[in-house]
Amino acid sequence: MRKVVRAGIWALVTVLGAAAFARLALSRGETVSAAWLLTAALCTYAVAYRFYSKLIAAKVFALDASRPTPAVRLEDGRDFVPTNRWIVFGHHFAAIAGPGPLVGPTLAAQFGFLPGVIWLIVGVALGGAVQDFVILAASVRRNGTTLGQMARDEIGPVAGMSALVAVFGIMIVLLAVLALVVVNALKASPWGTVTIALTIPIALLMGVYLRWIRPGRVLEASAMGIVLLIGALYAGQWVSGQPSVAAMFTLSGTSLAVAIMIYSFAASVIPVWLLLAPRDYLSAFVKIGVIVALAAGILIVLPPLQMPALTQFTNGTGPVFAGKIFPFAFITIACGAVSGFHALISSGTTPKLLARETDARMIGYGAMLMESLVAVMALIAACALTPGVYFAVNAPASAIGATAASAAAAVRQWGFTLDPAQMQELARQVGERTLLSRTGGAPSLALGMAGLFSNVLGGTEAMAIWYHFAIMFEALFILTTLDAGTRVGRFMLQDLAGHVWAPAGRVSWYPGVVASSAIVVAMWGHFLYQGVLDPLGGINSLWPLFGISNQLLAAVALCVGTTVIIKMGKARYAWVTIAPLAWLVVVTMSAGWQKLFSADPKLGFLSHAASVQAAIASGALPAAIKSLGDAHRVISNDYLDAAVAAFFMVAVVVIVADSTREWFSVLRGRKPFASTEVPFAGAAVAGD
Amino acid sequence: MSSERRSPMADMRRDFVRRTRAVLERAARVVGFVAGAPDYERYVAHVRARHPDSEPVSRHEFMRQRLADRYDRPGARCC
Repeated sequence: MRKVVRAGIWALVTVLGAAAFARLALSRGETVSAAWLLTAALCTYAVAYRFYSKLIAAKVFALDASRPTPAVRLEDGRDFVPTNRWIVFGHHFAAIAGPGPLVGPTLAAQFGFLPGVIWLIVGVALGGAVQDFVILAASVRRNGTTLGQMARDEIGPVAGMSALVAVFGIMIVLLAVLALVVVNALKASPWGTVTIALTIPIALLMGVYLRWIRPGRVLEASAMGIVLLIGALYAGQWVSGQPSVAAMFTLSGTSLAVAIMIYSFAASVIPVWLLLAPRDYLSAFVKIGVIVALAAGILIVLPPLQMPALTQFTNGTGPVFAGKIFPFAFITIACGAVSGFHALISSGTTPKLLARETDARMIGYGAMLMESLVAVMALIAACALTPGVYFAVNAPASAIGATAASAAAAVRQWGFTLDPAQMQELARQVGERTLLSRTGGAPSLALGMAGLFSNVLGGTEAMAIWYHFAIMFEALFILTTLDAGTRVGRFMLQDLAGHVWAPAGRVSWYPGVVASSAIVVAMWGHFLYQGVLDPLGGINSLWPLFGISNQLLAAVALCVGTTVIIKMGKARYAWVTIAPLAWLVVVTMSAGWQKLFSADPKLGFLSHAASVQAAIASGALPAAIKSLGDAHRVISNDYLDAAVAAFFMVAVVVIVADSTREWFSVLRGRKPFASTEVPFAGAAVAGD
Repeated sequence: MSSERRSPMADMRRDFVRRTRAVLERAARVVGFVAGAPDYERYVAHVRARHPDSEPVSRHEFMRQRLADRYDRPGARCC
């Protein structure tokens, strides 16, 4: 009887989810409530978790609660600590959720809400959550080894080395594009700049407090930090109201870019307890708080989606980024659907904390579903804006001009409406000089969030505070990734350099530390600086590169997962990882190909370089390029971007080819089914 | 007012305060752990229970080691 009831409930959840999808897909011309989007997401997550993750847990890995985990066997009170699964869930989620799932869906909203939501929901259930879960389970069975180590052990040295270099390349592109998002959010915004600048002394104060005043009292220090952050928010407001002071903090994109580079360099060489760790605690609390608030805001307001299900920009003519819906919707949204970076965390701290093997299902698969939900909420916040406002904020100046009137004219041409006076009024309401061409996703997400929050609390009067609160949250978040990422990049570089010249590898040798930090900052700083100067806005070319690189890492992780599954003797279930792998290879290769070789200069790096070259030859430069020097710079950047895209594509081919070779040697019997798992000690004892 | 007199009421109150404080301290440790703070108390408890013959390192040293480990390799942070 209970079985029947349970089957009935699951049938109901399935039908409800399908109905919600149908409602979304069939909407034409009228606005749809966000409630349908949430229903489709939640029902699919529930069914996927209940049935698909169970299949992977039971059939592929045969997870066994009685098999001792590394945390139990190797407990040392430091790395290996058996921990309650809800606590590990929170820890893992806080580690995987970054700015990626907020920015990607916001940008992809240019295609309408439907492509984004389908890819987020289907992609996570069959791809992203599977990747996180499989890598976590594989790492737990191998004493918590890292992804790079597993690539070397399971596939071979070529794949291992490619993975290592790829991670470094991804890091550089990721840091550059995230820094660009911050620059675009703070450009000409004294309020935002002051608030973010103040987070540095706040973090330093917390660091001193945690070191000398009350060692280890993270909660006290963070509570103090959060109170001070709110103070910083109001300090920013005060500054923006004082014209003479505000002028000092009204910075251009290039000065902000330089400031962020200097900050990241400094943060990477000073001790972690002073700046990095306290900033990290602060950002973890703010992150969880904002995600909860966003969920509450969406649930209370249930905003109608102003964006249509599909826009005409699916044909590749969109102003936010170039490229058709396939493959670019699947590149633009990486985090939230499939995020390769998670494989580093699933094979980092988390596997050393699991008290029981079976917890891997909830933590690996479940936490990724949560991240997907965050991405769906970001998509809702962006699509709750009217399309006119959305495109005015997200389209570069080369597409909409510099005034509200020219923006309104451009938007009208795309078939949407925008009242110039209303656009200026909106900018005034949020305390900004202008909202036009604030590309990068952060400002439009902040606008959407401010709309939701002020609806619940404070009304229009509070729009400005909520907007800057959201900007502060995103920038805090991203700067934490920038300084920690620069530091990690420095260690990776020193590790690589140490192979060539031993002193460079010594992490305590000060000249080595300074030089490698400077090199890492210079590498991502170059992309950032060029992105700031780029007449098309930079996000246009950098975000797709980031998406391709993140998906490349996912392909590496899925190759490792497939190899592990085949070597376990479970080849008949290898489709679990091969299916998403095949999709990602198709998507990254076709996107990479188009970024390189498309004849459309808006899309292809090489044809863009050729078109600028032709313009130089003819003597008539395009309006956006002001001097001959600029034109030559644009060309060399195009070549650099093309080289980076080609590098990522070659890495995909090398790793997939190397893995396939390994799979066939095992399946054809040329190599034994040798699992590198730590044997089940309990079974061995019982068999004796 | 004599503090000598022990009423069952006062005992209960003391007990309640003690328990509440324990729960709050535990909650604070959980929240701190989720945010990524190293748990020194837990480490000390582990050393005392499993390696009674060795002395745990100081709080400063423990924090230094944990933070160095956390921020020196990829995988601590995501996009």
